[in-house]
Amino acid sequence: MEQYALIMRHEDGMKVASPEQIQVWMKQTMDWIGNIAAQNKFVSGTGLPFADAKVVKTKGNKPVVTNGPFGDIKETIGGLIIVKADSVEEAVEFAKGCPVLQGEGNSVEVRKIAKDDGVH
Amino acid sequence: MEQKELIPHLFRTEFSKIVAVLCKWIGFEHIDIAEDIASDTFLSAFENWTYKGVPENPTAWLYTVAKNKAKNHLTRNKLFTNKIIAELKATTPASEEFELDMSEENIKDGQLRMLFAICHPSIPQEAQIGLALRILCGFDIDEIANAFLTNKETINKRLSRAKEKLRAEKVELTYPTGGEMLNRLQTVLTTLYLLFNEGYYSESNDAVVREELCNEAMRLLELLMNNKETDMPMVNALYALMCFHVSRFAARKNSTGEIILYDEQDETLWNTELITKGAFHLNKAAQGNQVSKYHLEASIAYWHTIKTNSKEKWENILHLYNHLLQLSYSPIAALNRTYALAKARGNETAITEAEKLQLNTNHYYYTLLGELYKETDSSKAKQHFEKALSFAKTSADKQIIQKKIDSL
Repeated sequence: MEQYALIMRHEDGMKVASPEQIQVWMKQTMDWIGNIAAQNKFVSGTGLPFADAKVVKTKGNKPVVTNGPFGDIKETIGGLIIVKADSVEEAVEFAKGCPVLQGEGNSVEVRKIAKDDGVH
Repeated sequence: MEQKELIPHLFRTEFSKIVAVLCKWIGFEHIDIAEDIASDTFLSAFENWTYKGVPENPTAWLYTVAKNKAKNHLTRNKLFTNKIIAELKATTPASEEFELDMSEENIKDGQLRMLFAICHPSIPQEAQIGLALRILCGFDIDEIANAFLTNKETINKRLSRAKEKLRAEKVELTYPTGGEMLNRLQTVLTTLYLLFNEGYYSESNDAVVREELCNEAMRLLELLMNNKETDMPMVNALYALMCFHVSRFAARKNSTGEIILYDEQDETLWNTELITKGAFHLNKAAQGNQVSKYHLEASIAYWHTIKTNSKEKWENILHLYNHLLQLSYSPIAALNRTYALAKARGNETAITEAEKLQLNTNHYYYTLLGELYKETDSSKAKQHFEKALSFAKTSADKQIIQKKIDSL
């Protein structure tokens, strides 16, 4: 069995949602993860809060630190979970249930986790 | 109490104390000697009391006899004298005469040390539970065999192999310290959790033994809670979980021993005192910021002490199961979570998720599917219940499922 990272991308991280809306999303996300965990396919996961985020870049060989996760583009990562799956198709099925996809333009990227086998 | 009941009763409560205190003194590697001395003490009691009558203070009598037997053993047995006395001289002040300290404090300390010694990661969990039952709970081998649904020989072999392993590992009756304490405490809690489950869910027909397993698990947890260093949030969480479960003991079986399902239980039979006690310890467990699986399971059990179905109740239970499954998966948690999902989000959502679980040889799985289809598709429900029936092992489970089929 392989492991896959499901990376949740928000098209516009600047959008501010109401606390009530955030609570609904949280609940949906917990249910989604619960669905995966109930199949014994959940490995780990974490949310990535936007507060206190910084971006480190290089400008003329020097690191430059800016506020916010967004840089020049608005798209940002909201969190990621790692799941077990027999195939990428199965991992994609898990991704389809992700509540982030309710937002137009948002996406979930499915990436295989490299095995520590000296090849990957 | 009649003598024929008194001795087994005292054996249950005093055997483990004598063994623990003796072992604390002569070292864990000589546990067989400690057990022999303790057994011998009870044999003497049986012979003596039969002819001379029960002494005024039977416990004190036992302690005195155990002390004397230990002393005799010390002087008589050459190997014992040579090996142990030499070791003891190195560890105890020379002026100290051999005196078995059977004070309550020393007993508790000895039992606590014994608990840590037995719950050692080098031996299998089943052996840990067996040793705990024998050495800390004073169960005889027949009772342990009964609880594990196996025979005496298997248990005897399992226990002596485990003791040998512990000796080989040079396990001592000392408290682990620092980070090691936390690690070992986790093993201890797992053992007590399994010991409790053995009693609560056991397929053994002996209701008395089953209930005693649960009580013993709770008593040993109390030992941990009464010790400042081990009175940790997760210990309290596990204790709370047990309080909530045991509170339903009287309600979960009818007079003929048939299991009564939660929904059909008479909640006036629930023990409110234990529920209150559980709530107290769950509160205590909330100190600190660590959430263990015991916290989550205790919180789920807490919500089940409220019989009335409300949106809030099932919303909370679902949330707790979502969390629990991320920490530690088990088929039964997955099934219970799906049941909570049905209660909180409706049967249709739950059916979609249930079909993904693929617990294809688990009778609870088909029972759950049957339940979820019951209202909308009784022929599908029947198919699932019949499949459940074919996988059910105990007659109690078969009875429950048959009832469900009959009521469709």
